[in-house]
Amino acid sequence: MTAAIQVNAVEKSFGNVQIIRDLNLSVAKGERHAIIGPNGAGKSTTFNLISGYIKPTSGEIRLNGEVTSGLRPFEINRRGLSRSFQVTNVFARMTVWENVRCAVLWATGHRYAFWKNVDNLPEVKQRTAQILDDIHLSHRSDVPAGLLTYAEQRELEIGITIAGGANVIMLDEPTAGMSHAETERAVALIRRLTEGRTLVIVEHDMSVVFGLADRISVLVYGHIIASGTPEEIRGNPKVKEAYLGEEVD
Amino acid sequence: MTNAPTPSLAAAKQEPGGALGFYGVWLLAAAALIVLPLIFSSGGSLTSFSLIGIAIIFALSYNILLGQTGLLSFGHAVQYGLGGFLAVHAMNAVANHNWPIPLPVIPLIGGIGGMAFALLVGWVMTKRAGTVFAMISLGIGELVASSSLILRSVFGGESGITTDRTSLMPMFGWTFGPQIQVYYLIAFWVLVSAIAMYALTRTPLGRICNAVRDNPERVEFIGYDPHVVRYLAYMFAGFFAGIAGGLTAINFEIANSAYLGAMQSGFVLFSTFIGGTAYFFGPILGAILVTYLQLGLTSVTSVWQLYFGVIFIGIVMFAPGGIAGILMKHRPLIRAGTLGTVIPSYLVAAIPTLAFALGIILTIETVARFSGGDPINLLGIPFVATAPTTWAAAAVLVVGGFLVARITWRRVAEAWDRAATVARDRGYLA
Ligand SMILES: Nc1ncnc2c1ncn2[C@@H]1O[C@H](COP(=O)(O)OP(=O)(O)OP(=O)(O)O)[C@@H](O)[C@H]1O
Ligand SMILES: [Mg+2]
Repeated sequence: MTAAIQVNAVEKSFGNVQIIRDLNLSVAKGERHAIIGPNGAGKSTTFNLISGYIKPTSGEIRLNGEVTSGLRPFEINRRGLSRSFQVTNVFARMTVWENVRCAVLWATGHRYAFWKNVDNLPEVKQRTAQILDDIHLSHRSDVPAGLLTYAEQRELEIGITIAGGANVIMLDEPTAGMSHAETERAVALIRRLTEGRTLVIVEHDMSVVFGLADRISVLVYGHIIASGTPEEIRGNPKVKEAYLGEEVD
Repeated sequence: MTNAPTPSLAAAKQEPGGALGFYGVWLLAAAALIVLPLIFSSGGSLTSFSLIGIAIIFALSYNILLGQTGLLSFGHAVQYGLGGFLAVHAMNAVANHNWPIPLPVIPLIGGIGGMAFALLVGWVMTKRAGTVFAMISLGIGELVASSSLILRSVFGGESGITTDRTSLMPMFGWTFGPQIQVYYLIAFWVLVSAIAMYALTRTPLGRICNAVRDNPERVEFIGYDPHVVRYLAYMFAGFFAGIAGGLTAINFEIANSAYLGAMQSGFVLFSTFIGGTAYFFGPILGAILVTYLQLGLTSVTSVWQLYFGVIFIGIVMFAPGGIAGILMKHRPLIRAGTLGTVIPSYLVAAIPTLAFALGIILTIETVARFSGGDPINLLGIPFVATAPTTWAAAAVLVVGGFLVARITWRRVAEAWDRAATVARDRGYLA
């Protein structure tokens, strides 16, 4: 079976600083894959490469078998990959409802339509309401996104990411800055919403990582030093040395 | 995962005002446009209404760019002017060949002209937003305006190209000679264009334009190419600007290079911004006010442009949301029933503010008329520009007005805070 995401020997330099070196990553369809690593290891850069935000200096990236390195973000998104951002990245002046609805429009086939009343599209309306319900923001639907609390913005960020129904979902530190209770709720949400889809998640909270992931990749200095099941990663001496230390014991 | 429709609050809330309220507003607008010239029937007011109507279409078209898509154009008059020129040429051709095309169709040709030009240059222009777009729009504006003086056969040089709107076939017995008939032609297009542009904001494209305005980067990750979105918005803006230009050509029976120039581009930016870009009706208010002021001020002062500058700076500094923004700020207070508590503080603040404004006016006119000109007449009081008493009066009004106004506006802010807190407690303010 072709992998959902296949990264082959990707390198990325900014100027003459090499951030990503010989990156190889394979995420199977339907798998929940966590990427962990110290600050500045290149996790977000890896997300940026896979989602088309930046182009690799060399190497190749495939989505469901098709080469996507070199494509623009919207082209990759249309092929079924959707990502969230570590720093909340929403449509600040638009309401919560509008934020989610915009993320639904392309996927429901309405594209650049200028001859349809957006309020009269039943499937768009239903899906938007469903997503808002899922992310527990129905009661805030009329509020401009810029006025939401931090935790609410993080939930909206997830909502926008999953709204298009992409089959590969990438979440960059979705629970960063959340309280313990908020994190638990967010993880339950992520687990439920990505059911039956492929999930790639960057996360610093080890209890979240080991509770959620089917497989884990450890990224250090732009290179994946180990990839495997949570047990394999827990027992890997290289990982222990490089990154995890006492944390997993 | 179940896909049953969730009867959530959000879904139920999406039709603000309902269909009745929606059609009600437009019916009211139509009624107003019909009866307006019956109430104010002098030739002067008919001319004013005609110009205001055109300015409304032009400003609304500009707001497709500025308010809806976040594109600051310094050359929107290009599409307007080209629409005007195409309309004039079309009218002359129709008259010469006796084609069975009535005058009311001509603005559509202007619109197509504006759109065609946008189609041609827009793809390159809208590749980037922000400063790049603003600079290119300025460059294209200058380019077209200066070529219009060179390409004499198309643009008629300095004098422009004239036409005769009555030379087309009459429609329903209307020759469109009398201004009242031209007014109704313009009113018809104002209504149709405004409805169409409002409808555009309610389409998938219209919503995505807002998303591109707010965050073009994120738009790319929900499936959209912001470049395409900007390009489409630019074409629609060009289309409606062309309609406005076509109407101007009909109204004045001429098109000249001034239509395309920086003055005209500045005028539309100005109207739209003063009216307020965040709400659909903002540019309508701006177009009415600015056109009205322009017509009114030119007859009482020679430095009317200076007043525009002062107003513009005032709006940018104190009310960046424009008139519409000021009005809409009060909506939660009205709903919460606390507007009454701020009105008295407004009335108090109005007095020194007015004194300050009069001081500014007196200063400007004194400077403008110092070395000759008509005597100054401010609210019926005559002033002599060269008299020291006038200078003293101006200084007292400006300084005194400013100092007192500052105190009273602080009071307004306090009253506002109290009213807003109550409104927030009652759930009318986020
Ligand atoms: N556009 C860029 N230009 C230059 N350097 C960059 C750029 N983007 C990222 N970097 C550098 O690449 C390195 C990796 O950054 P990245 O954001 O991918 O780390 P990360 O693993 O996501 O870290 P964190 O856990 O802090 O989010 C950092 O040193 C960063 O400064
Ligand atoms: Mg990161």
